[in-house]
Amino acid sequence: MTQTLPETTTTRESVVGKPVDRVDGTAKTTGEARFTAEFSHPDLTHAALVHATVSRGRITAIDTSAASAVPGVVTVLTHHNAPALKSPRKVTPTDLSTMASGTSVNYLNTDEVHWDGQPIAVVVAESALAAREAAALVRVTYETAESTVDFTAEEPAAKPQKNNLVMQGSAKKGDAEAAFTAAPVKVDRRFTTPPLHHNAIEPHATLAVWDGDRLTVHDATQSIDWLRSHLALRFGIPTRSVRVIAPFVGGGFGGKGFIWAGTILTALAARATGRPVRLVLTRESVYRTVGGRTPSTQRVALGARTDGTLTSLIHTSVTRLGRVGGTPEAVTSQSKHLYAAENILVRQNLVELDLVSNAAMRAPGEAIGTFALEASIDELAYELGMDPIELRMHNEPERNPIDGKQFARRHLREAYRVGAERFGWADRTPEPRSMRDGRWLVGMGVASAFHPSMLFVANVVVRLSVDGTVLVHCGLQEMGMGSATVQAQVAADALGVPVESVRVEYGDSTLPMAPGAGGSMQTASVANSLLAACEKLERKLTKLGRSPQESPAAVLAREGLPSLEVSVGSDTRLGRMAGQLRFMSKFLMDQRRWMKAALGAHFCEVRVDPDTGEVRVSRWTASFDVGRVLNAKTATSQLKGGIVMGIGMALAEQTLIDPRNGRIMNPSLAEYHVPVHADIPPIDITYLDEPDPTMPLGLVGIGEVSITGVAGAIANAIHHATGKRIRDLPITLDKLL
Amino acid sequence: MAEVRLRVNGADHPLDIQPQVSLLDALREHLGLTGTKKGCDQGACGACTVLADGERINSCLALAVQYEGAEITTIEGIDHPLQAAFVRHDGFQCGYCTSGQICSAVGMLAEHKEGMPSAVTGQGSGSHLSGAEIRERMSGNLCRCGAYNGIVEAIQEVAG
Ligand code: FES
Ligand code: FES
Repeated sequence: MTQTLPETTTTRESVVGKPVDRVDGTAKTTGEARFTAEFSHPDLTHAALVHATVSRGRITAIDTSAASAVPGVVTVLTHHNAPALKSPRKVTPTDLSTMASGTSVNYLNTDEVHWDGQPIAVVVAESALAAREAAALVRVTYETAESTVDFTAEEPAAKPQKNNLVMQGSAKKGDAEAAFTAAPVKVDRRFTTPPLHHNAIEPHATLAVWDGDRLTVHDATQSIDWLRSHLALRFGIPTRSVRVIAPFVGGGFGGKGFIWAGTILTALAARATGRPVRLVLTRESVYRTVGGRTPSTQRVALGARTDGTLTSLIHTSVTRLGRVGGTPEAVTSQSKHLYAAENILVRQNLVELDLVSNAAMRAPGEAIGTFALEASIDELAYELGMDPIELRMHNEPERNPIDGKQFARRHLREAYRVGAERFGWADRTPEPRSMRDGRWLVGMGVASAFHPSMLFVANVVVRLSVDGTVLVHCGLQEMGMGSATVQAQVAADALGVPVESVRVEYGDSTLPMAPGAGGSMQTASVANSLLAACEKLERKLTKLGRSPQESPAAVLAREGLPSLEVSVGSDTRLGRMAGQLRFMSKFLMDQRRWMKAALGAHFCEVRVDPDTGEVRVSRWTASFDVGRVLNAKTATSQLKGGIVMGIGMALAEQTLIDPRNGRIMNPSLAEYHVPVHADIPPIDITYLDEPDPTMPLGLVGIGEVSITGVAGAIANAIHHATGKRIRDLPITLDKLL
Repeated sequence: MAEVRLRVNGADHPLDIQPQVSLLDALREHLGLTGTKKGCDQGACGACTVLADGERINSCLALAVQYEGAEITTIEGIDHPLQAAFVRHDGFQCGYCTSGQICSAVGMLAEHKEGMPSAVTGQGSGSHLSGAEIRERMSGNLCRCGAYNGIVEAIQEVAG
């Protein structure tokens, strides 16, 4: 902790918005930062998973004799000898942690197999090597049942997604079909996107230790609070008996948001053996047990008058769920908000397959939905003979298109103006194949980015000490967003103290409860409560007769107080429930009143080799309307990160699933191609920094918005370069030949 | 079991390990040097990059017993201006690939200094370590957080 002498005055420059270095920078560049797999415990054992090799059926025999005979093996757990686990609960709106379960399967408590890859046995051994070796020796016999695993084959039988409080499966304004039929200019296109995986470089890992009926887990999780409640539920113990520790998480992107088999089974194995157990998933086990992004097929139909006015916007989608769980992706979400179409129809459809549940992955829905919408808008622009930005600006809405709600803030026009200037859009000649650089065909494309903004409940405790230091306690998680850094900035400004004197403690369920790192809402939610806490603290200081020139610490010194503490929110069972209900109702009221979103404009330049079809992204400018930015450095990095992932999605990434048996065929980083250094040019990020008047400090979440629109911009640029429209991701070179 | 004496960050460590133990597992599990990361355990991500006699290697693909006598340097043994440059340029987010990126960059700078060419050398960059050169030479180190720009800037600043 940084010790600072009490200051006498409080006039200082604001640090919110400044490019403050990360507080954990040294830890991460010296190897000191400890991730889950790096925690140990006396008497530690190691686990390895055995995966089912059929997509549906039952286990008729499981022979563990060879595995048990491997030196160092402590036990081999199967459904015959594993301790009982309670089944995951049905989702209830009063307890959102019920959403936490990755699947509905009660692992090792059933002989049923629901997907190829489902863990059906766990080996516990004195070393990870022995566990791995033994796992390969478990022999399983199945009685197979018929399964449906082929998305392309099942997709025509998809059923409409039902509407609920938080997610709409369909929405409409006017009669979009009739308007489309009548429109003088139109495009009607079909798009597909493949299954994708998060591929955080840190594989999922868990270390579980039981002490009587108390359970401590170190886990690579994005949702400390959900994980804690979920483990308590599954093991039938009180929530307060579970402690979850996750100081550093090596990337998540949604893949560590739900609770998957590995975590549950580590705790189960520790229960069964009475010894601490660590399980670090192999990369292959991550693919087989953790859901990824659903594939999609989408239809976008746009009708316009000859002046470019949109009369009809239709966007429908099909995605999949696992028969054992999963959440629908809001694929058509952006299509209700981005354009002032006179008539709108969106509809999401679902199929259920015998695969592991799908999981949210960075901007679930919008990441793939903006691809189809923004590529279609570009096609319409060419039909109309209009500049694609001009077409967008012509249809820029004054109010939320689908329902006429007010925008909390919307500066997309300005974002496009700034971006176009920085990028040099004016130099683009619109004709496809009209720009070259030597051998290379050059293309430029644009697309809009969109992601809704939310807030959730977060509890914090803030303590000011007489030495001038401020301690913030909050069970938030840090997986690279710079959470601790930016919250220190928030507290520093709110209390008028130097940022170096603020320390944020996080990553532990013994700290006040925070929302999971998902939905781009952690930062705003925590900042909201932190600001309230700092206000409380200020009021206490005022009561102690603080004069305007007096620093907070000086007040304590004068009063002879060692410290002053305030809290926002309560971590009792009742307090948490009340907090959740309060936020639910506020969320719904807010939703009725405002349309809030993070927005942006992507500008991309590609080079395409006319002989090989090789695509290189050569330039990128992205201009965002994301409210107030807390830290110029970490925000820019996060926005770039989404674009990098979007480039991967556009050009290379796909999880290949064998349509016969549902087995993932490329469960490795060698065969699933994420972008590498050479694929990524310098990315130019700019943001307007216009605060959102309805959000704390005017900030909106930025974790997801930047991946949206990326694939659309690239597809549009490739069309400009080559004259070819590729509507199936990823745009690999074979599709361009 | 096999006896092996590993020299890591200037200190000798006698170990009694199975011959199939990778250098990565020897470092992480047997020596407690957890700064070196495991992302794939199959040579595809670069998170496990360390220096062996100054050369960068994927320690997950190396058997510990083969490295007796070699001078191994892990992130814990590195004290290099790159580390501060990574912080200044925000060359990481989650930090999980960072040890590998830094070790790889140290090795890469040495390779470049020795005149080792890359696939893009000769395409107009001369002996100068351009952005394109760095990107090409660092492509064995994946960063899923997408901190590539910051990493390249940090390396460029240090390379001068
Ligand atoms: S862990 Fe060695 S290359 Fe991935
Ligand atoms: S910083 Fe997270 S993978 Fe590189």
